[in-house]
Amino acid sequence: MPMSLSPNLPPDKQREMLRQMLTIRRFEERASADYLAGKIYGVVHSYIGEEAVAVGVCSTLDRGGRIISTHRGHGHCIAKGADLNRMMAELYGRQTGYCKGKGGSMHIADFGIGMLGANGIVAGGISIITGAGLAAQMEGKGGVAVSFFGDGASNAGPFHECLNIAAAWKLPMLYVCENNGWAAQTSAAATHAMGDVAGRAAGYGIPGVVVDGNDVFAVHQAANAAVERARAGDGPTLIECKTYRWRAHTERKGQVDPRDRAEVEAWMRQDPIALLERRLRDQGQLDDAGLRAMEGEVMGAIEAAVAFAEASPHPLPEQATDDVFAA
Amino acid sequence: MRELTYNEAALEAIAEEMRRDPRVFYMSTDALPPLMNEFGPSRIKVTPIAEAAMTGMGIGAAGSGFRPIVDWRQVTFCFVAMDQIVNQAAKIHYMFGGQVTFPMLFRASVGGGSQVAAQHSQSPYSMFMNVAGLKMFLPSTPYDMKGLIKTAIRDNNPVISFESGRLMGRKGPVPEGEYTIPFGKADVKREGSDVTVVALAWLVHEALAAAEALAKEGISVEVVDPRTLVPLDTETIRASVRKTGRLVIADEAGPTAGFSAEVAAVVTEDAATFASLKAPVKRVCALQVPIPYSPVLENAVFPDRNRIIAGIREVLQGRRSAAAA
Ligand SMILES: Cc1ncc(C[n+]2csc(CCOP(=O)(O)OP(=O)(O)O)c2C)c(N)n1
Repeated sequence: MPMSLSPNLPPDKQREMLRQMLTIRRFEERASADYLAGKIYGVVHSYIGEEAVAVGVCSTLDRGGRIISTHRGHGHCIAKGADLNRMMAELYGRQTGYCKGKGGSMHIADFGIGMLGANGIVAGGISIITGAGLAAQMEGKGGVAVSFFGDGASNAGPFHECLNIAAAWKLPMLYVCENNGWAAQTSAAATHAMGDVAGRAAGYGIPGVVVDGNDVFAVHQAANAAVERARAGDGPTLIECKTYRWRAHTERKGQVDPRDRAEVEAWMRQDPIALLERRLRDQGQLDDAGLRAMEGEVMGAIEAAVAFAEASPHPLPEQATDDVFAA
Repeated sequence: MRELTYNEAALEAIAEEMRRDPRVFYMSTDALPPLMNEFGPSRIKVTPIAEAAMTGMGIGAAGSGFRPIVDWRQVTFCFVAMDQIVNQAAKIHYMFGGQVTFPMLFRASVGGGSQVAAQHSQSPYSMFMNVAGLKMFLPSTPYDMKGLIKTAIRDNNPVISFESGRLMGRKGPVPEGEYTIPFGKADVKREGSDVTVVALAWLVHEALAAAEALAKEGISVEVVDPRTLVPLDTETIRASVRKTGRLVIADEAGPTAGFSAEVAAVVTEDAATFASLKAPVKRVCALQVPIPYSPVLENAVFPDRNRIIAGIREVLQGRRSAAAA
């Protein structure tokens, strides 16, 4: 894939993209460490290696629009502007977490910023966010909705049903497939007869584009074009971002990872963060001092989030029955 | 006797049945290494994440002469296949006048206790008990697991194997030789005379622990494990209650329209059993909520041996005051 041209983005915005990607990376490193230390429960799916997808797409939304995520949801939350404190507190199972300790890693949502939730069911979010796209169309204010999902989810019924409806109704939707080559222990090659998920778009009569998912500008440009198309009333776009997860499917100890080490390492050499960093340096928009300052700021925010989580109270047992029904 | 884990017992049963009958094959979103190593991809089929499709394909393959095993893994993943389960698998034999059989085994892990929250923790067997045409079981030991899975694979109906996530690594004796366990046959896991506890899966073990603790106080607890939910061995449950006169039902699912409600009905609608009751029936169930993530909340939701003990004390209150008087 050719490298994207440097987009017409102000340097501040480009640096902000780097800062967000770095925040995701450091947040995930901390989440993994704290999971292994027993401070985070259940299961954690790491987004490390895929940061450019969430940031490239969400940077086109200017904090508007609505998105939905998957079981691998921390990156989408951060890119959409979620509060790190409340995210970390949720991972720690505390009252102050986004879901008051009821959701955990697979279920962080912030409806206030248009983040309609991570989801524990593969493809479970695709129809929900298509409903948000329908709402945006009915509101008529130029809103768009974005579905993030994996290559594995693209084999499930809701993907096909929703792309068809969204295409037929010209819903203002972006369907963003994060093709990291694997669904848990199963390679995409074993479950797809066609190499590119984007190729399926033809079957629904909508554009399907393949982008280098580790190149944040390439993702941004593709998403931008799709947002414009959606706002113009021309309907959805399927964007397939070719990327890779660096870590095993989940953080669980002793988890089998059937992937070839050489494959993992080859992708790690195409680190999306290093790539963006290099380009900002080449353009003279970032130097060592600037990067150090950014790292310090990001680490400070992560540490503050952990401190907030640790200082927050656990839920009370009787809160287990709160929120089953709305008032 | 040698010991196997609950999970190993299931895999051993499946491997034995696959050796015995070439029509048995397996579909799942994940390859199970021991089965894949022995039988290879022609009989161990790794599917895309498409539970609706693989469940429906199981029905079609069954009606075409095969005996498929469809492994949903977490029970919550099968909810995307509800049409195939409820409208198709359960009804197809009856609706088409019994023309051909649809032998299928569905596998599903149930329960909670691992902080994976609402979409990965649930015990929804009563939802399926409510559907006519599905058999189902929920074993508490490796021994029962092996025998019931073998029976299920030989049965000519769709059968759901609900398997307790909490028990997967738990070991128990499993004899070397061939054996099966019939459906509809409860197992009295401990005999007693003061109170009957009907419990499922992990709560069988909690009930046994409760019984052990109370034995020190001279309270004699009988623990009945129904093992199969459909068909349910009503006679063993009723006979136990007629003997003890008191009933506690322990279930990791919520109470509403649940397995526990069914057992209470089975006991109270039988005149002789009803007449033998010395105290109201007590249910010790999960709270009727989706399962929360936080361990504090999760522990608040699930019953355990302490709550079973409290439930037993409650139904024994009459006896105590009678003795005191
Ligand atoms: C309906 C359903 N089936 C199975 C699972 C178990 N599961 C969780 S994540 C996953 C793989 C998902 O792969 P993909 O959609 O490519 O996303 P990725 O993990 O690669 O980000 C599977 C099989 C599930 N959560 N939901």
